[in-house]
Amino acid sequence: MTLTKGDIIELVCARLQCSRTEGAELVEAVFQLMKERLERGEKVKISGFGNFTVREKRARRGRNPQTGEDIVIRGRKVLSFKPSNVFKRAVNHRPVRSRALRTAEQT
Amino acid sequence: MTKRELVEELGRRFPYCSRRDLELVVHTVFRSMVEALQKNDRVEIRGFGTFQLRQRQGREARNPKTGAPLHIAPKRVPFFRAGKELRLRVDGRKPDKA
Repeated sequence: MTLTKGDIIELVCARLQCSRTEGAELVEAVFQLMKERLERGEKVKISGFGNFTVREKRARRGRNPQTGEDIVIRGRKVLSFKPSNVFKRAVNHRPVRSRALRTAEQT
Repeated sequence: MTKRELVEELGRRFPYCSRRDLELVVHTVFRSMVEALQKNDRVEIRGFGTFQLRQRQGREARNPKTGAPLHIAPKRVPFFRAGKELRLRVDGRKPDKA
């Protein structure tokens, strides 16, 4: 199964009791806004979910694995996502531990 | 941009929506994605990217402080792959429009 934007729109409409058109506009705007900021190289931090960051990659030498030819891989910017601890624990069905609890365990 | 700033910016674009409703929208969007991955479903957002789980094998490691060996159980981690359009835009290249 795959969750799509359409499914998210339906969930939002159900929660807000709004029209499908309105829900679609809102959900679209959420992703549009994130895209705009990331395009500008800005970080997007969503607590409980994770951080999206734009990382600068330096140019490096590489090789075409098919032809064995040496090539230069140019420097570029790539988008990376680091899931939050809450998210990582959720997908492993482990309870979320608070900072206070973690510190207590260590001592 | 943080989650709160995202809600504030939505407020400027949807001045007729209450702050509470906009918070609910943002919460529902991210919550639904976490729940989908909990069920090992994929998340596919056109024009943005896809999220899916990757399996990590268990391994033997050491506590860096005490040097005691410990076993790290296999686990799953959320993995994001940016869609083509976003990937190009982040790199300052405009995807060619048909």
